[in-house]
Amino acid sequence: MPAVQETVERVKRIDVDQYRYGFETQIESDKAPKGLSEDIVKFISEKKNEPAWMLQWRLEAYRRWLTMTEPTWARVDYPKIDFQDLYYYAAPKPKKTVSSLDEIDPEILKTYEKLGIPLREVAMLEGVEPKPGEEDPARRKIAVDAVFDSVSVATTFKAELKKAGVIFMPISEAIREHPELVQKYLGSVVPTSDNFYATLNSAVFSDGSFVYVPPGVRCPMELSTYFRINERNTGQFERTLIIADKGSYVSYLEGCTAPQRDENQLHAAVVELVALDDAEIKYSTVQNWYPGNSEGKGGIYNFVTKRGDCRGDRSKISWTQVETGSAITWKYPSCILRGDNSSGEFYSIAISNGFQQVDSGTKMIHLGKNTSSRIISKGIAAGKSQNTYRGLVTAHRKATGARNFTACDSLLIGDKCGAHTVPYIEAKNSSATFEHEATTSKISEDVLFYCIQRGLSQEEAVGLVVNGFVKDVLQQLPMEFAVEAQKLISISLEGSVG
Amino acid sequence: MALLEVKDLKVRVEEREILHGLTMTVNEGEIHAIMGPNGSGKSTLSHVIAGKPGYEVTDGQILFKGEDLLEMAPEERAAKGVFLAFQYPVEIPGVTTMNFLRTALNAQRKARGESELMVPDFLKKVREVSKSLNIPQDMLKRGVNVGFSGGEKKRNEVLQMALFEPSLCILDEMDSGLDIDALRIAADGVNALHSPKRAMVVITHYQRLLNYIVPDIVHVMSKGRVVKSGGKELALELEASGYAQFEDAA
Ligand SMILES: Nc1ncnc2c1ncn2[C@@H]1O[C@H](COP(=O)(O)OP(=O)(O)O)[C@@H](O)[C@H]1O
Ligand SMILES: [Mg+2]
Repeated sequence: MPAVQETVERVKRIDVDQYRYGFETQIESDKAPKGLSEDIVKFISEKKNEPAWMLQWRLEAYRRWLTMTEPTWARVDYPKIDFQDLYYYAAPKPKKTVSSLDEIDPEILKTYEKLGIPLREVAMLEGVEPKPGEEDPARRKIAVDAVFDSVSVATTFKAELKKAGVIFMPISEAIREHPELVQKYLGSVVPTSDNFYATLNSAVFSDGSFVYVPPGVRCPMELSTYFRINERNTGQFERTLIIADKGSYVSYLEGCTAPQRDENQLHAAVVELVALDDAEIKYSTVQNWYPGNSEGKGGIYNFVTKRGDCRGDRSKISWTQVETGSAITWKYPSCILRGDNSSGEFYSIAISNGFQQVDSGTKMIHLGKNTSSRIISKGIAAGKSQNTYRGLVTAHRKATGARNFTACDSLLIGDKCGAHTVPYIEAKNSSATFEHEATTSKISEDVLFYCIQRGLSQEEAVGLVVNGFVKDVLQQLPMEFAVEAQKLISISLEGSVG
Repeated sequence: MALLEVKDLKVRVEEREILHGLTMTVNEGEIHAIMGPNGSGKSTLSHVIAGKPGYEVTDGQILFKGEDLLEMAPEERAAKGVFLAFQYPVEIPGVTTMNFLRTALNAQRKARGESELMVPDFLKKVREVSKSLNIPQDMLKRGVNVGFSGGEKKRNEVLQMALFEPSLCILDEMDSGLDIDALRIAADGVNALHSPKRAMVVITHYQRLLNYIVPDIVHVMSKGRVVKSGGKELALELEASGYAQFEDAA
């Protein structure tokens, strides 16, 4: 039909160069020399004043990494990475420690402002120093641990969290201040030997967040970290560790966006979650890194290992992600359902446009009795992108009564893109009930024209239809992020139509 | 005053001419019926007026309130008051009818340089109109047309017509798939919207609908042309003798 042809023409004109957040910040960097060696690992460890055990841990990972090779099973295609041609450490020149946002480099604050991240506003409203009587109790609090170029530059709300007994700090600090917790849990979910990128991360991780919620405590605010990549050729190796002790609850939000680049940038983060008996962790991500230009040049390589361990009985871990950026995404936030009656959830929106390649999904590993998991995945492919859902659901021999429900829906915009669903299902006991549903559809010209006839522009129509398509997942996000995510979905599809 | 002027319109779809020089004028306040056998080009005409992509206008023009309609983007035509009630209204999962109505209405208002309608005013208006059309409130909370019956879908079209207050309403086969009761409710809704400033173009294959919406002028289309125009009695004549007599005229 000619009408379809029209959309195809429009999609061809995709201009991801319009990427909103393409700018650089002028900050003098403190860089390690290019390349990776034991010396670089030592340099990083030293920069962070790490104790000897941490250096040892890193070095072991590094030696292990030397024996490993990159995984090739994902449906992504990119030139071979020269790991000796990357920088492994960069930091803004250390300033004296800050007690308020006002002491942060204004350049950095400006960057956040352009991103529309209301760090300053949050600080004013929620009080680095709250003015008495001005606090609105209805407003939900967000603590921001801002990670800027590998080093945390601002930590707010520390005091209030401390009152609740919640530890929320850069992991580099936690290594020094809470070595017993870090030693006990670091690498206990994603072992240093886990996979090529996780092992690399273990050797050179720069910084990230550490959260510990003590028994019975409901974390008094949403925790959020905004990541930013800002150094040419700087590998980013975030490391996050969240522990919810017995009967506790925490909701953690992560979001990021990066400046425009010519060269590909490697990002290999590791996130570990541990939920003990009756604890619940909700981890939400909105990811919007530079996806590359209209020729498919540049853009972030995002090779992430995220895993949650429902270690305790009746524990619960829920991943929600909105993935719109990166040239390549290789990411499978997973749950190990170890405790009896534990449950895991994975809600995902993955949007690819231009030349983006997404290979993402989850693993639900049922080990305990009566464990349950739920997977809702929404993939949207536009332009010449490839969007793959890859999911694994397994039930161990002893995991009697394991239940899983999986629904994977893909939406195609134009006919130069592809959506693929690759489910692996493995039940080693007969009492497991696994359900799997999958659909793939094309965005309908008739639906778009219906909206346009009612007064919406083509872009607004696509935005509306796509937001409807992903509604089930958007609803899982905390309110603050749902609005941001909705905007992001429309932005990332800008230029996918004329 | 002439609201819509279609002059010698020629339209191609995929290299094939579908409309071969069609002329008609619709004045404010008039109700026109376009009748004709399947494939005569009725829907094509409505789509070209609304600006659906995929049609190539090779000759002729369309004026709306004296302006060149073909120069306008389809959403601009909507904001200027062109409304097409679709023969097959689409479903939009995950977008509630209420949200859709508000988004569309505000998009139109914005395009006209008007301010957004305040939520309470909007809700009040929607409630009034939906009540008169027998549309239950919970239907507005469901996805647009998702799981709606044929009658509900058509009523939803009329609801939008009432809400957006267009000056030209084109109803494409509003009667298709409706039983008598559903047809009556929808037709009553349409009649309630009739006003001296607003014109209706009712496209139908059957005379039946015209018992409920009584036209001032009836056009008979065949093979991409208007072959005869007349008063409402023309519809009855057609009903009695069928379209065959016009096949040769075309
Ligand atoms: N998108 C299209 N592609 C090809 N032919 C079309 C298309 N739309 C309409 N036609 C053709 O144009 C003619 C008129 O169709 P249509 O306007 O739908 O007639 P009506 O509404 O009177 O039944 C038919 O012969 C039909 O096959
Ligand atoms: Mg038709």
